[in-house]
Amino acid sequence: MSQTPLLLSVDNLATHFFSQEGILEAVDGVSFDIHAGEALGIAGESGCGKSVTAQSILRIVPKNGKIVTGAINLFQNGDSVDLVQLDDRGQQIRQIRGGEIAMVFQEPMAAFSMVYTIGNQITEVIRLHQECSQNEARERAVEMLRRVGMPQPEQTIDAYPFALSGGMRQRAMIAMALSCHPALLIADEPTTAVDVTIQAQVLELMKDLQRDMGMALIVITHDLAVISELCDRVMIMYLGKDVESAPADVIFRDPKHPYTVGLLRSVPELGEGHTQELDPISGSVPSPYRRPTGCPFHPRCPEFIPDVCDVDLPPQIELAGGHRVRCHLYVQD
Amino acid sequence: MAQADAAANNLNAGSDASSPNPSHRQAGVSQANSSDNVLEVTDLRKYFPILRGFFRRQVGEVKAVDDVSFHVARGETLALVGESGCGKTTTGRCVMRAIEPSGGSVLFRKRDGEEFEITTLAKQDLRAVQQHMGMIFQDPFSSLNPRLTVLEIIGEPFITRKLITNRRELEEKVAQLLRSVRLDPTYMRRYPHAFSGGQRQRIAIARALALDPDFVVADEPVSALDVSVQAQILSLLKELQSELHLTYLFITHNLSVVEYLSDRVSVMYVGQIVELGRTESIFSRPRHPYTEALLSAVPVVETGKAGRRRERIILEGDVADPSNVPTGCTFHPRCPYVQDICREEEPQLIDLAGANGSQPHYVRCHFADDLDLQGVRNALQ
Repeated sequence: MSQTPLLLSVDNLATHFFSQEGILEAVDGVSFDIHAGEALGIAGESGCGKSVTAQSILRIVPKNGKIVTGAINLFQNGDSVDLVQLDDRGQQIRQIRGGEIAMVFQEPMAAFSMVYTIGNQITEVIRLHQECSQNEARERAVEMLRRVGMPQPEQTIDAYPFALSGGMRQRAMIAMALSCHPALLIADEPTTAVDVTIQAQVLELMKDLQRDMGMALIVITHDLAVISELCDRVMIMYLGKDVESAPADVIFRDPKHPYTVGLLRSVPELGEGHTQELDPISGSVPSPYRRPTGCPFHPRCPEFIPDVCDVDLPPQIELAGGHRVRCHLYVQD
Repeated sequence: MAQADAAANNLNAGSDASSPNPSHRQAGVSQANSSDNVLEVTDLRKYFPILRGFFRRQVGEVKAVDDVSFHVARGETLALVGESGCGKTTTGRCVMRAIEPSGGSVLFRKRDGEEFEITTLAKQDLRAVQQHMGMIFQDPFSSLNPRLTVLEIIGEPFITRKLITNRRELEEKVAQLLRSVRLDPTYMRRYPHAFSGGQRQRIAIARALALDPDFVVADEPVSALDVSVQAQILSLLKELQSELHLTYLFITHNLSVVEYLSDRVSVMYVGQIVELGRTESIFSRPRHPYTEALLSAVPVVETGKAGRRRERIILEGDVADPSNVPTGCTFHPRCPYVQDICREEEPQLIDLAGANGSQPHYVRCHFADDLDLQGVRNALQ
């Protein structure tokens, strides 16, 4: 894992939202590293803070939210910048956003403006980040559209987003994100809004692009299977905490945290048929305003230990093989 | 835009969208053993007109559902699977006559054997029959009225149909329904916003089951829910089915859910059924190239079990436009096994098992017998 240089290091990040109902600790002490060319999957249910983590990296957290502690160091050309310290509307973060770090969203219709052609919007991104003429930018945009498998890119570049089908729009958005050759691509639920056959196309495309362009990837999704297809490492989040992280082949074969075990058991597995027993996690995710004391998962946990789990937040335990887990069942060896 | 115009022009204006409903059809229209079928759907059709211009002239039509036939036996779960735009939801709604079908027949049989032809019933009679059918929708955040309490939401069918007029009795009934979906009856005076997604879906299920239906149409009931909650709702649906002897028409795009819950599967593509058969046989050996591609497209968690890695089939292009369907087999532009005949001649739905006497397995493909397609399960028994 450590053969490539460190690209992004998130250390004890906490992003809170301040509203009339109180303080919502959306992300609360999350740490992870990404090396160049590595693919990290962040998984969890709604409200676990996976999207806010991505927003914090790009400094696009909504107005009532604030990064309260932590550091996000981006390493480039032997230099490092702490993104948390930057002005979120300043020149420097705007160069990084879309340049060094790009993002694709769940809903491509929301990422494009309706009143400009996709070519307009992609060339705008290219010209914001690179010195080039309008014609050069257009050529690069066509090239990028061809790269993501858009049929007849010379014609489709002049299409409006609404004239494209869901799968094509997704491709156009990926092309826009990749147009400046980012070192890191963040994909927030990249295939949730598309059909299975289109999902297969998009996953295959992202795999190819990641390999060919050597970029790092953060995939945010609730679908563990998507992560299994794309990622080298997995981080599972629950109520703002990183409960477990490990290499993908390890975590799916040998999950440690009861929440991860439950998540894997609650999805019916294709090919296992009628007879398979689902073992759902009881209850549902509590309101983030009323976060349980101690381990946030303890009210739903089958391995709950009274007077331990509901009192102390478990520390992060480092197990063998880069496997980290936050659970009282494990002790540091 | 130009594309859409061309699509509209290509349409044949004089097709038979407005053909009258077939007059009252009697039982026995479909498969053998029909006496035990809750539902028999024959040549069901729903064409939506495309209107254009100041005078709203009809310039074409979207064949959302095109000659779909199937039956649902009592106590079983039939899944309708397909991608968006394949007509699965429209089929579900036409069966309930929540929207008016353009043609075909839907025969509904009550528990006591009484039969109704849904498509030709008068309004009042229809309402009486709809009492025996329930419907569960995808999004529990929009399917429950935020201004009504749970008591009012679940109790509403009893009040509007004047089945229960006594308040105490109504509360009793609602409490019983809430218990059946594993919710605490003391919550009945709360409003929907006080509940989580999974709890709301339980409330929606309780409402669908309020009038003790024989038949429930569940349209993507778990797609909007969190993963850990999906499993709870799926188990609940399975338990309720055996407790209350329910028959499900389960509409979904999620194939793992289909395999978990359904006895038979009907795969739809652009308004037509392309494959229909027992879940085990379709999942272990699909006979239509589209089914094979759908199954192989599903991402799986790599748990390191032997033999999990499969060759993935990536379909080219997008789902065909139902207002401008391709000639011949509707799947031919994306089919990896396409031959000349597929472009010209439309394949019929044929029963492959007819010869050897096993369970019926219908396929709409010219080469269903010749292709050796890959499923997701290695062995059947």
